[in-house]
Amino acid sequence: MIPKLMQSITLPVARAQASRRQFLLGALAAGTGIAVGYRVLSASPALAGEAETESGSHAFSPYLTIGGDGKVTVLSSQFEMGQGSYNGIATLVAEELDADWSTIDVIGAAGNIKAYGNIAFGGAMQGTGGSTSMSTSWERYRKAGAAARAMLIAAAAAEWGVDATEIAVENGVLSHPSGKSGGFGVFAAKAATMPVPAEVKLKEPGDWKLIGNAELKRFDSARKANGTEQYTIDVKLPGMLTAVMIHPPLFGAKAKSFDASAARAIKGVVDVVETPRGIAVVGEHMWAAIKGREAVTVEWDETGAEKRGTPELMSTYRDLSGKTPAAFARKDGDADAAFTSAAKVIEATFEFPYLAHAALEPLNAVARRNDDGTIEIWGGHQLPDVYQNLASEIAGVPVEKVRLNVMKTGGSFGRRAVFDGDVVVEAVHVAKALGFRAPVKVQWTREDDTRAGRYRPAYVHRLKAGIDEAGKLVAWSDHIVGQSIMAKTAWDGMVQNGVDPTSVEGANNLPYAIENQTVGLTTTDVSVPVLWWRSVGSTHTAFAAEAFLDEVAEAAGRDPLEFRLSMLEPASRHATVLKLAAEKAEWQKPLPEGRFRGVAVAESFGSVVAQVAEVSVDGDGIKVERVVAAVDCGLAINPDQVRAQVEGGIGFGLSAILGEEITLTDGKVDQGNFDMYTPLRIDAMPKVEVHIVASANPPSGIGEPGVPPIGPAVANAAFKALGKRIRVMPFAKSLNA
Amino acid sequence: MVTVKINGVEHKIEAEADMPLLWAIRDLVGLTGTKFGCGMAQCGACTVYIDGSPTRSCQTLIGDIEGAEVTTVEGLKGKVAETVQAVWADLDVPQCGYCQSGQIMSATDLLANNPKPTDADIDAAMSGNLCRCATYHRIRAGIHEAAKRLEA
Ligand code: FES
Ligand code: FES
Repeated sequence: MIPKLMQSITLPVARAQASRRQFLLGALAAGTGIAVGYRVLSASPALAGEAETESGSHAFSPYLTIGGDGKVTVLSSQFEMGQGSYNGIATLVAEELDADWSTIDVIGAAGNIKAYGNIAFGGAMQGTGGSTSMSTSWERYRKAGAAARAMLIAAAAAEWGVDATEIAVENGVLSHPSGKSGGFGVFAAKAATMPVPAEVKLKEPGDWKLIGNAELKRFDSARKANGTEQYTIDVKLPGMLTAVMIHPPLFGAKAKSFDASAARAIKGVVDVVETPRGIAVVGEHMWAAIKGREAVTVEWDETGAEKRGTPELMSTYRDLSGKTPAAFARKDGDADAAFTSAAKVIEATFEFPYLAHAALEPLNAVARRNDDGTIEIWGGHQLPDVYQNLASEIAGVPVEKVRLNVMKTGGSFGRRAVFDGDVVVEAVHVAKALGFRAPVKVQWTREDDTRAGRYRPAYVHRLKAGIDEAGKLVAWSDHIVGQSIMAKTAWDGMVQNGVDPTSVEGANNLPYAIENQTVGLTTTDVSVPVLWWRSVGSTHTAFAAEAFLDEVAEAAGRDPLEFRLSMLEPASRHATVLKLAAEKAEWQKPLPEGRFRGVAVAESFGSVVAQVAEVSVDGDGIKVERVVAAVDCGLAINPDQVRAQVEGGIGFGLSAILGEEITLTDGKVDQGNFDMYTPLRIDAMPKVEVHIVASANPPSGIGEPGVPPIGPAVANAAFKALGKRIRVMPFAKSLNA
Repeated sequence: MVTVKINGVEHKIEAEADMPLLWAIRDLVGLTGTKFGCGMAQCGACTVYIDGSPTRSCQTLIGDIEGAEVTTVEGLKGKVAETVQAVWADLDVPQCGYCQSGQIMSATDLLANNPKPTDADIDAAMSGNLCRCATYHRIRAGIHEAAKRLEA
């Protein structure tokens, strides 16, 4: 979600300069503890100015607090949607702090770009995406932990009248050879008054106890097993009302008029108000709002709305894929000449539908105006600065008067990182339309969540390959047709020479030595709202490339694994993960009767993942029995969470190719609930094995990279099982074709 | 007005008879462990026990359960449930966790009725519980591990 090259973006965010430190500090001061941290971070020049504006006597800082009870609370710049970013960041802090892991908690933080700006995005905005949470936090949060540790030591040294170098810290306890000892809580208050060290020395890898520890458990699993974890849907405020939206039935339609008289007569319905994003039915509780909604009639103005359906769009895309691309993302050698002289040329077209994120918690947000005039918003703030700015405009208050409470959410997969703030904006609009007389939660239903847009765009890929007499791949072209995610948004500046990098990532950086290749792009103009969906461009580019490569290997009469390895440097990351996955899956050994396998490899967000999928025939289709994955994600901070993300990524990717599709009929979305939009269930989940390549490189992404290889690996295995190439998603469409 | 016992406590619920139990539990009683995912018995996030049987609370009308005993994840007790919950934490089964109240309710019921479930038993008993994070691999492992601990 969200590409990594964000340096050039221009956002309304620049106006959010005035830090909301006051709010943050206020919130922290309300607790029992103190806040300590590290204010000068070499990795982020934006932070250099921070030290000047801050007097050394106030030791509060943006990254962690320690309570009088010794409890360490980490303030995370990265949003938690299930991917374990909080746990990873807590690991970094606790490692350098020598904290007691059982006392760690993490809360989401926002409103201080200097402190929380995503370094991988250039530091100019806070945001979670592109699987960057560990890379942006790697130095920042270890230094925060180390600085706090030094301050605690300084406080204890002063208290005990001993030399700081004689103090040891372990498991949340400071001790001195004289026998003196005390927990973090004892020294927390005094430590807050200690100067923040200008330099801290980080531990050597050999001294790590938590980083890289495969036995370390997530700090937040127990609360998820007993129902106490709090999500946005669980926010409850005094007097809070609940609203459901009536969105336009077509993308681009607008409400002309509405009749809410019947709705207002329903018990529990409080009001029906209009917002720029649709009509909101406000109730005392969710059920009243839902019932009220059924009673509202709306007349829509559909001029200018998108009225094309999936059949029309896909046939246009297919036609375009046969024409010359509008732009090129890669041109190596002379592909045209190489195709002409090739001994054999093969071609194939791949089709990918729109996909919904379908996080299990339907989108929601809560907004309230406080007595002091501030606007407070609870939600899954994946792009907090953007939402803060949008809310400030709507509510007509300065940005620093918008407070964000970053809640955990039941999934996101990219869906809560939106340019227009959709549900967050709705909550503020509805609260405003009610004259801010009560806090309002806007809660989408499943149908709203499925139908309100922001899909993985639909794409068509036309691929062509030329092989020489010796079976060597000498020419390759990939023409991608589909919508741009970033064009005409605040991210428009990312589109260079007609190429949205999110449309071509994974296609224009193939690792294989192919002398002559082109990657073309034709961006279509369709008013269906689109968005990044876990692993973004690689959701389709990796499928097209790796499934087609299998067809090429077949045409060349070569083993798919050997064929790939022959085009890779033997010591490359791609070759390494391919060989590891193949070895663990026993690629060279014949499979039992009725089992078939396929392989694929893909790089995304700095990590490389290979997967070998093993399938059996099941009726007209296939059943995926087992997947062996090998991963190079740099240093694995939480190896077991790396495994979890790859397991989940495999399930998520498999879900899409086996059973997910958003289709439109005359512009209207056909699917609504999980009876029509059908994510993977447990009975279709294969056994998964994940092997991690030992690496000392800085951590790269892991939330997304598990997704791309599964589709092609399974498609390649399915060909062996069924003799049919899978080129149209979801799978059943290829099998029935 | 409907009287139900929720987690052993009697509640007099002031609501229209057609209100789904899910919203009564969440919005009127104020217990939020039971989750809303679909509202049409498709995802299992809202699973509670009614008189001991796992039920989708989003499709259960409050007017139909006068006098019933409802158990939500907050009221889950006993050796099987506690073992399942402990295993869930030990194996780090949850990712976002949003589906997990429902998963735990279903898994506990499965193990209470079938102390040694096979993979096929698990798939059959748990396929009504969607997990969009696809923690299925660990859910299966978790149920096997809980069965093992309960046998010991
Ligand atoms: S919310 Fe009841 S089954 Fe999904
Ligand atoms: S853990 Fe996220 S939906 Fe199951």
